Amino acid sequence: MEKTINITLKIWRQAGPKAKGEFVTYKLDNVSTDSSFLEMLDVLNEKLISERKEPIVFDHDCREGICGMCSLFINGHPHGLDAGTTTCQLHMRRFKDGETITIEPWRSKAFPVLKDLRVDRNAFDKIIQAGGYVSVNTGGVPDGNAIPISKIAADEAMDAASCIGCGACAATCKNGSAMLFVAAKVSQLALLPQGRVEAAARAKAMVAKMDELGFGNCTNTGACEAECPKNVSISHIARLNREFLSAKFKD
Amino acid sequence: MAKKQDSASVDTTIDAKVPAGPLAEKWSNYKAHQKLVNPANKRRLDVIVVGTGLAGASAAASLAELGFNVLNFCIQDSPRRAHSIAAQGGINAAKNYKNDGDSVYRLFYDTIKGGDYRAREANVYRLAEVSNNIIDQCVAQGVPFAREYGGLLDNRSFGGAQVSRTFYAKGQTGQQLLLGAYSALSRQVGKGAVKLYSRYEMLDVVIIEGRARGIIARNLTTGKIERFFAHAVVVGTGGYGNAFFLSTNAMTSNGSAAVQMYKKGAYFANPAYAQIHPTCIPVHGDFQSKLTLMSESLRNDGRIWVPKRKEDAEAIRAGKLKATDLKEEDRDYYLERRYPAFGNLVPRDVASRAAKERCDAGFGVGNTGLAVYLDFSDSINRLGEDVIRARYGNLFQMYEKIVDENPYKTPMMIYPAIHYVMGGIWVDYELQTSVKGLFCIGEANFSDHGANRLGASALMQGLADGYFVLPYTIQNYLADQIQVPRLSVDLPEFAEAEKAVNEKIEKILKIQGNKSVDTIHRELGLVMWDFVGMARNKAGLEEALTKIKNIRKEFWTNVFVPGVNADTNIELEKALRLADFIEIGELMARDALMREESCGGHFREEYQTPDGEALRNDEEFSFASCWKFNGEGEDPILLKEPLEYEFIKRQQRNYKA
Amino acid sequence: MWLIDSSIGRKLIMSITGIFLVLFLIFHGTMNFVVLFSAEAYNAIAGFLGANWYALIGTKILALGFVVHILYALYLTFQNQKARGSKSYAVKNNQKGVEWASQNMLVLGIIILGFMGLHLFQFWSKMQLVEISHKLGCENAGNLELAKDGAYWVRHYFENPYYSVLYIIWLTALWFHLTHGVWSALQTIGASNNIWLPRIKVISNILATIIILMFISIPVYFLLGFSI
Repeated sequence: MEKTINITLKIWRQAGPKAKGEFVTYKLDNVSTDSSFLEMLDVLNEKLISERKEPIVFDHDCREGICGMCSLFINGHPHGLDAGTTTCQLHMRRFKDGETITIEPWRSKAFPVLKDLRVDRNAFDKIIQAGGYVSVNTGGVPDGNAIPISKIAADEAMDAASCIGCGACAATCKNGSAMLFVAAKVSQLALLPQGRVEAAARAKAMVAKMDELGFGNCTNTGACEAECPKNVSISHIARLNREFLSAKFKD
Repeated sequence: MAKKQDSASVDTTIDAKVPAGPLAEKWSNYKAHQKLVNPANKRRLDVIVVGTGLAGASAAASLAELGFNVLNFCIQDSPRRAHSIAAQGGINAAKNYKNDGDSVYRLFYDTIKGGDYRAREANVYRLAEVSNNIIDQCVAQGVPFAREYGGLLDNRSFGGAQVSRTFYAKGQTGQQLLLGAYSALSRQVGKGAVKLYSRYEMLDVVIIEGRARGIIARNLTTGKIERFFAHAVVVGTGGYGNAFFLSTNAMTSNGSAAVQMYKKGAYFANPAYAQIHPTCIPVHGDFQSKLTLMSESLRNDGRIWVPKRKEDAEAIRAGKLKATDLKEEDRDYYLERRYPAFGNLVPRDVASRAAKERCDAGFGVGNTGLAVYLDFSDSINRLGEDVIRARYGNLFQMYEKIVDENPYKTPMMIYPAIHYVMGGIWVDYELQTSVKGLFCIGEANFSDHGANRLGASALMQGLADGYFVLPYTIQNYLADQIQVPRLSVDLPEFAEAEKAVNEKIEKILKIQGNKSVDTIHRELGLVMWDFVGMARNKAGLEEALTKIKNIRKEFWTNVFVPGVNADTNIELEKALRLADFIEIGELMARDALMREESCGGHFREEYQTPDGEALRNDEEFSFASCWKFNGEGEDPILLKEPLEYEFIKRQQRNYKA
Repeated sequence: MWLIDSSIGRKLIMSITGIFLVLFLIFHGTMNFVVLFSAEAYNAIAGFLGANWYALIGTKILALGFVVHILYALYLTFQNQKARGSKSYAVKNNQKGVEWASQNMLVLGIIILGFMGLHLFQFWSKMQLVEISHKLGCENAGNLELAKDGAYWVRHYFENPYYSVLYIIWLTALWFHLTHGVWSALQTIGASNNIWLPRIKVISNILATIIILMFISIPVYFLLGFSI
């Protein structure tokens, strides 16, 4: 049955990329514990609008945990405390009455804040553009069943491919490293015969781009895996290391 | 801008330019005889692609691979986030890998029948033909489709078909296909063949001498209004289901590009055909921002039921009884009862209406009474929890997060919700709208699903359009444009379009009324759901038209949008989209009122068989209704594309035997 | 040069030097352990590693390993701080399952380095350094006799319980550093997968514990009132 709670929100507000931001405190009463975290923010925004103030800008889209658009750092965790959950899947029943909730944007040099809680994650697109693909054009490809792929490899590739590119890994990493994101793509394609052909070149190109964009060095803390809403494993990072090192030693 | 016309003075039938010849040879013949553009000329031709979903991304990538210079726009921060990503269940193809009797013809036939004989034969046949190429293409891109232990691709069955032809990647097929298309697109962006504009929203299409020559778009970060030229414009911006406020669409999914095209002369076809998906998580509160879909694939192993006795349903609603308390004989598996041949796998519209019928009759469960059970206990007993977890683990987890109940132990509760629109911008066989040089692909167009779409066919259509149809057909148009230089965006047509956009924005910002955008959107959504939803009737639709007129007035006099244009302004974005949803809502009601029959997703209560099935009227309504804009404040003109079935015999849809 | 330019290259250097240092620790620990059983045997091993040129080259390589490991650690940390951006989180918590050591490798490293200074002063400078100096003809560099009696120095320092406690603190920090360092080094060279990742973590913990137990047994032995 529906319950309601009263909460205090400490939210980062920043007018623009160059503006100096600050935390603003809001009180919100009678929040239904059945509502999602983002619906709670909708209610807050409606309240702000009714007070003729500008609403809080935050990224969100599909609201079912797959698009990777939502990106809030809630009480010290990307996507909140729950493991394997995106912000949009987080529900208010996970919070206590009277709780103070701190909401911050992703903080990483490669993800500059655009406004309030919204950040620019184009760096991830650039990494994919550097090599996160199989170089095939449309048409002229063999039959889907022409190359059998072991179910184990296909399943593991699928686990890597479930990355939603939200950036929680880099946001939570104390080193600001994007290794889990890069590893997920490199590993997915390295596991499949279709991607195997360019595996070495791909690993080199994507790592070079990642470094160039100012992401940090992985120190295997495992924080990325622990906070990843899709539970992508750091064993993919080991595969990326393997791919990268063997490519470099072959050169 | 379209001039006001008297409807009597125009020819009201439309030609879809379907090539001649036997059905199975039309597409091959077309390709064999169409005009092509040589490689040197391709470099000199610019194509704008709006949208980066399955259709947009695949089209942009394929066109760039061919050598065209592509400008690609998306509203999200990255092309990978387009709402195609949320499709769960799978993608159909006529591979017949299962040896269960599938063929191109059967997929074609199932799609036509599933669409209740309101789709264009030639398009659907082409779709079925290229479906196999899509699977091959995606496998080559590294899409990790589910496989069997032997290493070959696995299939599952889906509603509306008696064969297993659905390819899937866990419960994230849309995501994986989109990431495949996104990777192809990214490759072209990396090469410089596609220029990507993310966090940009198209606000108008620019027409020069009767041809689409560019767009006006707003940079959503800075608020700057910008002009872009191209030799042709391709729009793949998805569906307009969010007119209902609550739908399974993403929060930014909108119908604005469609309205912009419509107002510039493209016909809006079959707006009333909206699909209500049967397996969504029921509405649970006023604060709710969207509905969550549970893949239709769940119906493979889940059985749908409500209590047999009203007292039990009432007790459940009051919280006195639990679903698991009811004995087998006290449950009404109404789909299996009504449709023995297809059972729980009837098409979506049939399943949705059946759920509504039970709930309206007082057998609904959940605290609102607007829910039915989807029960996995039989499958879990038969196959074990592990098998069910492997098949649907992520869906079950998603359900548990939202509802806080464990679906392995208690049955899920589901209820229909707006999910997909079959209607959209009218296109001919070449996917060209009624405006020259303006193409429309994916869910945004009206083409292939008729009055109802089968599960796992949306992904198929989006990718078919983007990979295998548009890259051919657009060349037939562009071949004549090779003499056209890159035009300046300083031309008066661009200036005028930009001015109109700016004026509209200024007007909205100046209203400074008392209602938030969402408040008005909710009002619109309620009207749509109550009167233009799963079951419609004349009186209701007329009432809806009046109510929507009032909502439009309310919007334009009493909306409050804070902030300025020249900045990130999320309320302004929503307001612009809502203004267009109001237009679409009206068109939907108008179209539904005009169509005095029931077909597929369009159910008019006045037109049903004695046992409550949809009753078509092929004599009078065997056409695609195409609405032509006739000036602001004027009634649009109805044009008709007759649907002739040369190769299929029309029947009443029957999923009983 | 990719070992400097690329993040994984830099990590490889950390990994290789780390593994090298771990090998040294295994050797050093085993040798120390001997002192509990026989001071003569210990002195014999130490003598063997005294002032011969092979041992000296070994020492230099070892020192180089340390220096590279430390310099790269500082460089990586500097870069990582930069990647974090200018603003830090107001609230930051770690998810369960993230090892404490993994988040504090630099701090642990600095503690280890500080104590290592003490250790070098107490033992190396009294032993190998003295011997070398004598060999190089420096007569007043210290007592050559005592330099050859490592067990004396062990007794000399560890009979003071303060030193024993200090060494225990040092070795605890080293244990933390190793629990993360060993598996992390293996992860960096790509030696794990879904199945081996948890196994490698367990193996690393066991290895780190064995190494530290060998070292720590000496101060503990003295603290318990025994002597060699």
